[in-house]
Amino acid sequence: MTGNDFLQLGVYLAVLLLLIKPVGAYMAAVFAETPNRVTRFGAGVERLLYRLSGVRADEEMGWKRYALAMLLFNVLGLLVVYALQRLQQWLPLNPQHFPAVSPDSAMNTAISFATNTNWQGYSGESTMSYLTQMLGLAVQNFLSAATGIAVLVAVARGFSRRSMASIGNFWVDLTRSTLYLLVPFSFVLALLLASQGVVQNFKAYVDVPVVQVSSYDQPVTDAAGNPLKDAAGNPQTKPAQLTTQTLPMGPAASQIAIKMLGTNGGGFFNANSAHPYENPTPLANFLEMLAIFLIPGGLCYTFGKMVGDKRQGWALLATMLVIFVPLTIGVIAAEQAGNPALHGLAIDAQASAMQAGGNMEGKETRFGIASSGLFAAITTAASCGAVNAMHDSLTPLGGLVPMWLMQLGEVIFGGVGSGLYGMLAFAVVAVFIAGLMVGRTPEYLGKKVEAYEMKMASLAVLLPCALVVICTAVAVLAPAGVAGIANPGVHGFSEILYAVSSASNNNGSAFGGLSANTPFWNVLLGICMFLARFPLAIAMLALAGSLASKKQVPVSAGTLPTHTPLFVVLLACVVIVVGALTFLPALALGPIAEYLMSSH
Amino acid sequence: MGRLFRNALVMLVLLSAVTGVLYPLAVTGAAQLLFPHQANGSLVERGGKPIGSELIGQVFSDPKYFWGRPSATSPQGYNGQSSGGSNLGPSNPALTDAVKQRIAALQAADPANHAPVPVDLVTASGSGLDPEISPAAAQYQLARVARARGLNPTQVQALVDRYTSGRQLGVLGEPRVNVLGLNLALDAH
Repeated sequence: MTGNDFLQLGVYLAVLLLLIKPVGAYMAAVFAETPNRVTRFGAGVERLLYRLSGVRADEEMGWKRYALAMLLFNVLGLLVVYALQRLQQWLPLNPQHFPAVSPDSAMNTAISFATNTNWQGYSGESTMSYLTQMLGLAVQNFLSAATGIAVLVAVARGFSRRSMASIGNFWVDLTRSTLYLLVPFSFVLALLLASQGVVQNFKAYVDVPVVQVSSYDQPVTDAAGNPLKDAAGNPQTKPAQLTTQTLPMGPAASQIAIKMLGTNGGGFFNANSAHPYENPTPLANFLEMLAIFLIPGGLCYTFGKMVGDKRQGWALLATMLVIFVPLTIGVIAAEQAGNPALHGLAIDAQASAMQAGGNMEGKETRFGIASSGLFAAITTAASCGAVNAMHDSLTPLGGLVPMWLMQLGEVIFGGVGSGLYGMLAFAVVAVFIAGLMVGRTPEYLGKKVEAYEMKMASLAVLLPCALVVICTAVAVLAPAGVAGIANPGVHGFSEILYAVSSASNNNGSAFGGLSANTPFWNVLLGICMFLARFPLAIAMLALAGSLASKKQVPVSAGTLPTHTPLFVVLLACVVIVVGALTFLPALALGPIAEYLMSSH
Repeated sequence: MGRLFRNALVMLVLLSAVTGVLYPLAVTGAAQLLFPHQANGSLVERGGKPIGSELIGQVFSDPKYFWGRPSATSPQGYNGQSSGGSNLGPSNPALTDAVKQRIAALQAADPANHAPVPVDLVTASGSGLDPEISPAAAQYQLARVARARGLNPTQVQALVDRYTSGRQLGVLGEPRVNVLGLNLALDAH
């Protein structure tokens, strides 16, 4: 690694840590139970929304009603996204005249965006109308993120309330997340990104004459637009002249801002944040990376404030950083070391003042190694899934890190809200294990952890693990699953493992070579995404409901303090042990095998 | 359940209006007002007509131009309607073959140059639209371009320097050279 690699990581962490407290305190005000400066500011709009939708803002919900409202709202949203894709050719704002999306792809995409996964089997600039992007995909970017935050806030109330039957009002939490947090933050970020060159317009694509005319092989299609093949089964081509270039346009900045802030990750364009119109400069890249961790990180502070002990929030944040920083250094170092398969060719891959060097396949010149490696770690630690470099082309160990960060359950920052409530499930498991070791009743934040809480926390921890392992097995056994593989050898297995890990942890990034826009993959990954999101959220709400009804246990000599470095280490170990025990065998068959084969 | 359903439905409509209509329109209005050049694609004009974008690369294969990053888009490189990388894995023989071919093409265009090729010039970018190359990649091609145009290398160097940007704010990203801008400047020279 070069000095600048470390410097870029250091600057990123410093700016992020400076922002945690102000953003966390602001969010604590947004969700405070008593009116304050923040909530008074938008009270008029809030009241109007509640009146029109028949919401009684002062009605407290038990966990079951909260969960039902959450599920109902998200399933309705999912259906709207499906309908928009299926009907887009008859709807306005479709200047490129895109036809309806196929049923399986539309179903996959609807689940994908409603679950905050934003896995993309399709290519944005050649599939989705502006209306579908705006009213379907971008709306779900906001609402799935707001849902995650709402559930986290409800879980926090489970810890902070004593002997109560309710955990808040879903509609109020949802509305406040959207109005006070996601919309204003996104507006500011969208303008900052636009200043750097992210497009924001409603124009049709622009055709320009190219500076140098060149020739290429154009695939031949029949009258119906299907590619023709020759006798050997290869696609037929004819020589063609390249005289114009089509520049894609659209309202990208507004969608990219929430794609980052809401840890959604679904790109406006196919190349996602590698696309120069989606991520044009190193500064834009820095802002996008900052936006990914801003809310998940800030929520740690908010949580500490809500449970009345800020040290608890900092301890959770420290646990995340303890795992994140070494893994990030790992991916940057692996990429900087370059691709061993290209050693011996007449190539200069040495880092210098003149070039980034390293493994540049699938990476952009402006991002080089440091900004690409950092982005890869951030986007997979958080369940964002945006990419600014093609993960399929990462070196074996450079690709292992993002895969494993997802498999850890998306709790290292994780999705907005969902990352922290996932980490809280691990914290409950950690105090239980500590309790077993010293022979005491486990308690966390003054609440006794009993059989019911352990069941719910274990369910939340193990469900994504089980989905990854089982569905990877299904995919490698099914001919339709293996058919999607693009790269030969063990790397092909890595593509499948990565895809299932991504969907089953609601991340959404991909080893993009895998052809996943087929009925098999659309259905399998659709199931993974749905099951990883809603049953897990409901388990956490059940945990919260049970905790809220409990009394506070007074601190005694036998209480394990959960704000100390000791607990940080314990919690990090639990996260790592679960992730390592479950996935090391599978990782050994994929990236580790590829690494061992390539270095000999 | 009936009331919950009404809450959910109306809430979805209202929040969709805020986040799916008002928000993007407000961003579009503000962006068009404050940053019209960037919001409309950072277009580059020649003779009053758009000829490309500062941010989107184009295909260059003539020895008199600086070549950009290899592009994996199909059916032709730098296809603005189909962005993406090669997605070739590090151990895929197709990647090694592609790199060898690119090295051979660069050496064929400049047989006297025996320096090792900067890695970004023989590896496909992530977007397939990368507008830039590393300063090392520009340096590698400088003598060839100067010779093909009958220019003094120092004149070309001056143009390269003009289209080179350092790390943003001194720290972020990597130094880089804008290929389309540089080639247009060479044509205008």
